Amino acid sequence: MEQEMFRPTQQTQAISPFDVHASSALIANLRKRPRWGERFIQGFLFFCGAVSILTTLGIVFELGKESLLFFQTPEVNLIEFLTGTKWQPTIGEFGVLPLVNATLMTTLVAMLVALPLGLAAAIYLSEYASPKARGFLKPILEILAGIPTVVYGYFALTFMTPLLRTILGSETVQIYNTFSAGLVMGIMILPLVCSMSEDALNAVPRALREAAYGMGATKLETALQVVVPAALSGIIAAFILAISRAVGETMIVALAAGSGPNFTFNPFKAAETMTGYIARISGGDVGYDTPDYNSIFAIGLLLFTITLALNILSRKLSARFREVYE
Amino acid sequence: MTDNDLMQRSPHLIRRHRNGKIGRAIFFLSTTIGLVALIVLILSIINQSMGLVIVRYTVEPATLSDKPLEDLESTELSAILTQRLKPSRLRTIERDTPLATLSRTQLYNLVMEEIVVPKVQKSFHLDESLFQRAKIEQIASEEYPGAHITFRSWINWNFIVGSLSKSPEIAGIRTALMGSLWIILITIVVAFPIGVGAAIYLEEYASSSSRINRIIQTNIDNLAGVPSIVYGILGLAIFVRSLGDLTQGRTVISAGLTMALLILPILIINAQEAIRAVPNSLRQASYGLGATQWQTIWHHVLPYALPGILTGTILSISRAFGETAPLILVGASSFINKDPSSLFSRFTVLPIQIYNWTSRPQDTFRNIAAAAIIILILTLLTLNAVAILLRNRFSKRV
Repeated sequence: MEQEMFRPTQQTQAISPFDVHASSALIANLRKRPRWGERFIQGFLFFCGAVSILTTLGIVFELGKESLLFFQTPEVNLIEFLTGTKWQPTIGEFGVLPLVNATLMTTLVAMLVALPLGLAAAIYLSEYASPKARGFLKPILEILAGIPTVVYGYFALTFMTPLLRTILGSETVQIYNTFSAGLVMGIMILPLVCSMSEDALNAVPRALREAAYGMGATKLETALQVVVPAALSGIIAAFILAISRAVGETMIVALAAGSGPNFTFNPFKAAETMTGYIARISGGDVGYDTPDYNSIFAIGLLLFTITLALNILSRKLSARFREVYE
Repeated sequence: MTDNDLMQRSPHLIRRHRNGKIGRAIFFLSTTIGLVALIVLILSIINQSMGLVIVRYTVEPATLSDKPLEDLESTELSAILTQRLKPSRLRTIERDTPLATLSRTQLYNLVMEEIVVPKVQKSFHLDESLFQRAKIEQIASEEYPGAHITFRSWINWNFIVGSLSKSPEIAGIRTALMGSLWIILITIVVAFPIGVGAAIYLEEYASSSSRINRIIQTNIDNLAGVPSIVYGILGLAIFVRSLGDLTQGRTVISAGLTMALLILPILIINAQEAIRAVPNSLRQASYGLGATQWQTIWHHVLPYALPGILTGTILSISRAFGETAPLILVGASSFINKDPSSLFSRFTVLPIQIYNWTSRPQDTFRNIAAAAIIILILTLLTLNAVAILLRNRFSKRV
């Protein structure tokens, strides 16, 4: 293929290099000639890029349209939807708070696991670990990140919950509970927090560390008082992305957190999250254009808005630490 | 003044050094928690995928023949079948595939399924089976008199090639594997060209000063963070419902297209990184020889970036392979036993089966869910290993 490139084309052969007039005519000619093939290809590639825009528009349009239908149902109004503490479609109660509350509980538990452990692991990997230890530990975290979420759901239901019930007693811990789902979700998100925070820590220039050592700081003091603050925006970006991931996570909560909305602050009781609700309702045979069916879209829209806002915030923050050090 | 003297004089310094050691230990322990979690996860799944079972047979194998069934020849097995089966059932089987054409293993399976019909009464995990055998025997003799205790690995060849069934003893995952395969193929065919095309556009053509290009780039980055279940809702609304006449509803093609949309952002970002890694000198050399922009891309940039692009593609495919939530919405059904045969077949996939089996209360369904998880994880590991090999092999050459 490459050889073709070097082979002179017919046109260039015809012109002697000394024939200045002719060659400049050729250049002008080349410039004028519309390259339809090239144009077409560029157009096609632009279309490929635009598919992503179409996807976003599709999401916004479909979620918006069906949500509008949902809010037009006589039993539903927006204020009640956002402030009601009961979700019982059969008797016309559509308050989303039980679902949001359960989502927040699983997210909170997951973050209590993933954020401290993820950050500590990132500090270890970037500041302490020998290249050999890194070469061993990083792939393990990558494998952990690559395990499908349904497997984590299985793990939460068949291992974590029985374990909690043995430790805390089966009368305190229900078979389905948000705590177990949150714990396992924390393990699932740990690699994400770790690798993003590690990137942020690695971006801190070596000179900052050297300066701290020069002042007589220990390694721990350097890590906690110099490197972590310098990488803070990146670390917070990682935390926010982790929250967004936890809010949108479906399979763990669908399997382990319980089905049936329940407004409770007890993490050992069953409660259905937003994603769990969507999965359960759509898994059954729901007729189109019923309030049940439309409610999926309203909750989906809420979910999309929350995660999108978190993602944008995270991206803004991580862009900031790149600007400072690169 | 040696280090030791200094330490003795300054309790403050001693404390700081002690804190340093404690901090280091805490960081190290946090890192190993990932390792511990992975080991526990894998062990707990293996633990549930095999173990002792208490089985009861509808017809005792010992009454069928003097020898153990496994040792019988084909002729003896088909003799048992012709003797024991109801004539009507025998005719049905003969109509599908005559007994004479079946292999010994197939005949053996037929005898087991049609005559012996083992029913697992209770199953035990591997750890119980190894360390509490006496207790299991006691349970068996007290609660299930006349039943047999055998060791059963829930992952076996029949499980992989068997079709779905309502009873966990004979259920297999072939239908689900075929479903996954169909969907992955559609996903690749749709997502790969579009994804690579978009990456080329963004890296080679788009000028970052143009507003529309910046919007596309930001949009892709944000799409990568949208929860997968939202793609499921999108797929349900667009491919299943609005385009229902073309896709015929909850079919393989709807699922494949939904998955393609799901992995597109990841695929584009990976491909962009691969293209960005191509040295600029390569492009300039090509332009210097008079190549057009597309010639440069096609003959120089893409071949150089290809290993990276392929690695990224395989990684996003493996994500699609394990994805469950969107397919629940697009409508994978768990109760089909026909393999998908066209773009418009109804389907089920491996993760959906795991989900359904796990959500049943019976232990035996949890067992086959564990077995299916092992198959799923092995497949994913293989995919990732291929990606790594590809990367290593080609990165040496270039």
